[in-house]
Amino acid sequence: MSVSHFSAALLFALFASIVFGITQRNQPREQIRYGLYCFAMFVGGVFVAGWVMWLLRR
Amino acid sequence: MANSPLGKTKVAETQKLPAAQPITTMSVVVPALAWLIPGAGHLIQKRWIRGLLLMGSIVSMFVLGLLMQGRIYPPNGGDILDILGFVGDLGAGGLYIMARAMDWGHGAIAHATADYGTKFLIVAGLLNFISVADAYHIAIGKKP
Repeated sequence: MSVSHFSAALLFALFASIVFGITQRNQPREQIRYGLYCFAMFVGGVFVAGWVMWLLRR
Repeated sequence: MANSPLGKTKVAETQKLPAAQPITTMSVVVPALAWLIPGAGHLIQKRWIRGLLLMGSIVSMFVLGLLMQGRIYPPNGGDILDILGFVGDLGAGGLYIMARAMDWGHGAIAHATADYGTKFLIVAGLLNFISVADAYHIAIGKKP
């Protein structure tokens, strides 16, 4: 199975966020919110890291 | 003695210590089952949605890691990163046991995605460690 780096990062973020959301919060509403927050941080981090690497390369 | 400043400090420090958790059957069975089958620790405690989501996420991550031709680390006493890789993989419990028994996870050095696969396998195990801890906290009543 061949996936792009971005796809792999998205899948990683999805599954990790689900686990973090469930295990780090107590109420369902808080779990969903925290899971979405984690997902946003993961994906945002991918973009930030990408641009930082581009700057370093430049 | 208890009225002296030193005595009062010792009493206060003693009172601050949390009570030790009693060892119950569930407090042993739940983490063991949760390690062996990701998500089962929650399912056995009737946390159906959480259990299924955890099972789905961790198993999916592990399977994707194998499909990306990631490497499963055997028990080893070599490089520190290999040891850490083994510890991470071991967190997946029954998935790791099955993968080793079926001789999966040799890794494909030539493929870039194989490196992603190796990380997926390790993180699946680490996420299961978190899941085991969460199931244990539910079992001892520390979490709803």
